Amino acid sequence: MPGLDLKNLPEREEDIDFSDIYEQHQVQVDDDLDTIVVVDGAPLVDEAKEEKLLSVLKKLFTKNAGEIKESGIWMPMAPNDKGKKESKGYLFIDFETPESAHAAVKNLDGHKMSKAHQLSVNKFTDVEKYSKMSDDYAEPEIEDFAPKEHLKSWLMDHQARDQFVMYRGDDVSIYWNRKTEKPEHVYSRTNWTETYVQWSPLGSYLATFHAQGIALWGGPSWNKIVRFVHPGVKLIDFSPNERYLVTWSNEPINLNRMPEGSSHPFTEYDEGNHILIWDIKTGSLLRSFPAVQAEGQQHKTVRWPMFKWSASDKYFARVVPGQQLSIYEAPSMGLVGKKSIKIDGIVDFEWSPARADKNDSKLNLKEEILAYWTPEVGNQPARVTMMGVPSKEIIRTKNLFNVTDCKLFWQSQGHFLAVKVDRHTKTKKSTFANLEIFRVCEKAIPVETLEIKDPVLAFAWEPQGERFATITTNDPAYGAMPGQGGAAPTIKTGITFYYLDKSKAVAGFRPLKKVDKKTANYLFWSPKGRHIVLATLRSASVSDIEFWDLDFEPLNTGDSKSNTKPELGSSVQQLSVQEHYGVTDIEWDPTGRYVVSGSSMWRQTVDHGFCIWDFKGQQLLHENIDKFKQLLWRPRPKSLLAADQKKKIRKNLRQYSKVFDEEDLAAGDANAARVIAARRKAIEEWYGWRKRAEKNMLEERKAAGKELRSSADEGKSETIEEWVEEVIDETEEIVD
Amino acid sequence: MRPILLQGHTRSLTQIKYNREGDLLFSVSKDKVVNVWYSHNGERLGTYTGHLGSVWTIDVNSTTTMIITGSADNTAKLWEVQTGRCLKTWEFKTAVKRVEFSEDDTMALCVTEERMGYAGTVTVLPINTDLNGKQSDEPVAAIVNDGGPKAVVASWGYLNKYIISGHEDGSISQYDWKANKKLNSITPHEDIISDMQMSTDRTYFITSSKDKTSKIFDSETLDQLKSFQTDAPLNSASITPKFQEFVIVGGGQDAMSVTTTSARAGKFECRFYHKILEEEVGRVRGHFGPINTIAIHPDGKSYSSGGEDGYVRVHHFDPDYFKFKIEA
Repeated sequence: MPGLDLKNLPEREEDIDFSDIYEQHQVQVDDDLDTIVVVDGAPLVDEAKEEKLLSVLKKLFTKNAGEIKESGIWMPMAPNDKGKKESKGYLFIDFETPESAHAAVKNLDGHKMSKAHQLSVNKFTDVEKYSKMSDDYAEPEIEDFAPKEHLKSWLMDHQARDQFVMYRGDDVSIYWNRKTEKPEHVYSRTNWTETYVQWSPLGSYLATFHAQGIALWGGPSWNKIVRFVHPGVKLIDFSPNERYLVTWSNEPINLNRMPEGSSHPFTEYDEGNHILIWDIKTGSLLRSFPAVQAEGQQHKTVRWPMFKWSASDKYFARVVPGQQLSIYEAPSMGLVGKKSIKIDGIVDFEWSPARADKNDSKLNLKEEILAYWTPEVGNQPARVTMMGVPSKEIIRTKNLFNVTDCKLFWQSQGHFLAVKVDRHTKTKKSTFANLEIFRVCEKAIPVETLEIKDPVLAFAWEPQGERFATITTNDPAYGAMPGQGGAAPTIKTGITFYYLDKSKAVAGFRPLKKVDKKTANYLFWSPKGRHIVLATLRSASVSDIEFWDLDFEPLNTGDSKSNTKPELGSSVQQLSVQEHYGVTDIEWDPTGRYVVSGSSMWRQTVDHGFCIWDFKGQQLLHENIDKFKQLLWRPRPKSLLAADQKKKIRKNLRQYSKVFDEEDLAAGDANAARVIAARRKAIEEWYGWRKRAEKNMLEERKAAGKELRSSADEGKSETIEEWVEEVIDETEEIVD
Repeated sequence: MRPILLQGHTRSLTQIKYNREGDLLFSVSKDKVVNVWYSHNGERLGTYTGHLGSVWTIDVNSTTTMIITGSADNTAKLWEVQTGRCLKTWEFKTAVKRVEFSEDDTMALCVTEERMGYAGTVTVLPINTDLNGKQSDEPVAAIVNDGGPKAVVASWGYLNKYIISGHEDGSISQYDWKANKKLNSITPHEDIISDMQMSTDRTYFITSSKDKTSKIFDSETLDQLKSFQTDAPLNSASITPKFQEFVIVGGGQDAMSVTTTSARAGKFECRFYHKILEEEVGRVRGHFGPINTIAIHPDGKSYSSGGEDGYVRVHHFDPDYFKFKIEA
């Protein structure tokens, strides 16, 4: 303190400068409020129960968040109307570390203590932050409207050709399919993706994978439309109507590792989460989710899609194996009914592909349906359950016994649900299969059980149809595990086609045709139904592709006036068997006209490339492409034509096809002419060059005095005739 | 087209050659034996024995009086065709991978291996066309590789103007061998050049490479004229001299990796390409190992292929072959 100037004492108390004293005696307030959370929604208790509540809360928070500071809980008490002291329903908790406080918000916000009491936990600093927010409304800056490109422009192709994307080496290219000719190149980019590419379900976007996240591309210029930041993203899933995107990364979100200054949508609440849900149109992050692991066991592989979307994009759900099913609403991202459904033992579920808001005369749906199954737990049998969403009403259940595994297959319109039940005998020595088919369209949803003696390897519904195909095997080699890195052994299989027999009073599925002694292990229905491809994929020794028609009409031979009913299954006809050496993938184009078979370097060491076939199995194109990785047809959205319009087109098909045939012919002629012109030119150039080269050479030879040995003796080959006379026998006779 | 199978070798074939008239077919193999066959019926006429190592290469002169062979026993030998008498043995430091008579039979080039510290060379030897004359030991010229990629094949240009060599890195060089000067060099292939064969008049030549392509070049300018893309590493390529403007190429998966995949993946086929249009027109199967060498009969009516499987297959073309016409 400087020396007191006695002559100049302040006149009034206010004038005295106390600042130095303040400074010296200032209380060090712990202004680090990061460790404090505000808990609201706690039960109201009087003094008698205060201690009990506090101990319950302390236990809860210590367990789920972290250590609380000594006397770190403060619950204000105040006299209520009756004059008794009572808590006010909120309290403050001071944790040892800010991390614990963060964990408390993350884990216990929304925690239900009882039916009536749901805790809301917020950071103390957040309260301050939000209360300090300016009350003035600031007009958000509206960006100038930039017209977006037409995302469906590829559908306007006048020949209605289909596009596909091909990934080879480091190049990703888009092509038009041109049947027998080399595909027409549209666009390509080197290093467009780092792992693979994927179309959105309606074909509007092409998704590419990068270390930093996902980018979606589209429109006629193939510009980037939107990008989603998600470091280390590995898997993505689109909602069926392309409104939302789910991304998964094996790296948890870590804010500290985000590059400085980069724009990313994450907040501390997303920290540690693996799964992100995005709005595709706006590009904004809707919610992040942590990965769930089944209790006790570590799943090495991720089940993907982890979140499954209902047909309308309105709901999405995921299962916590063995525990619960969580159904969320979009776009609010909240749980339907604010809580998950506890289902003991639940393994898997599938949404019905039928939309509730669509008019389907057969299917009177009020809401979306999903089906799930639970295995045998204790005395309870295994069970398949159908549930309505959002009401969560159970529509139908079916109990099953001796179940090893179940797979749920919805028919594409949601009219049927087939459950492939892998069962074991009591001794658990052999396995066989049951098909449980739920007929959703009929009253009370009857369930039909088909017993199949052999294990079922594959099952597939005919799209929009009432038929399905199965692959079964009774090969003893089935189930033999291949050696490490070795290909699975090729096993003998049988394929059976089933149809819905309505001729009897009780309709039921019956086998239409069974073919044995095949090796096919995959089924590929045409997206339009009727045709099916049976393929032996990823086998070391066989690479057959079989093309079948289920509505084959034999040519009328003229005398087919007889009224005999055609034999059952006679309409099932094998159209052709083809071979594509080393085939690893098969895909129908979205129109059901072409099939592409690919041999990818991801699965095969040699002979990479692809073939295009028509639905009859005729090879249209074969391309050998080194380092071929992936070929994907661009999906098409649903047709906008009404059913009667389609019918009309089908009726007039002949007229249309005439026009198309002419177009094809013209195009073919033009192409042939082009090819021939190119050949002529090549031949002309060659002979032109030959003439010059020969002339030069002859001149040089002349100059050197070493002319070509006359070609005269070349053409003339010398014929040497050699007579060999052999004396076989010689006798001498004396003639008299 | 039913081939004649020549089963005279016990190890893989390395080179086959027709003489100028095409009535004889010479074959050499890793089994140290040199064979000569009647090309029209596959009857063996005789053998030339004397080499102590795998015989890599052979050539026959234009009058079919002498043949020269190069072997892994570090020698090149000159033989009398008619009697099988060895006329001369030249000793080298390393194996002789390629030999070829000059147009006028007065010289032969030898490509020697680069190994054990010895640089690879293309050596030109003088040849005395007199069967009973003395053969000289002294090379006329030698192009010594100084640290670049080694030469693996070489051929004479017309009038012995140039020597054109193919190298292990896929490059091709044109030399003025008298002045020991490199005139031109290009790198059209991405992998080792496995074969090089001249057209009949030596104005252009075809190469085959392990990079799965075969190409045709102007021997004067080294301009690339044609390119044939296949899906298997190639070991040999040859040009049809008559009737059809074709080239025949052959190869297949490397012998060492054959056992790792199925026979189908090996691609042990001779492929026919249209020389001018660069389009594939046909294939001939038959060998069950990679094809190492292909030669076409000078009259263009047959061809032969020698494979890793130890067989030579002699094919006489069907009448359809001569009628074939591509629309243009």
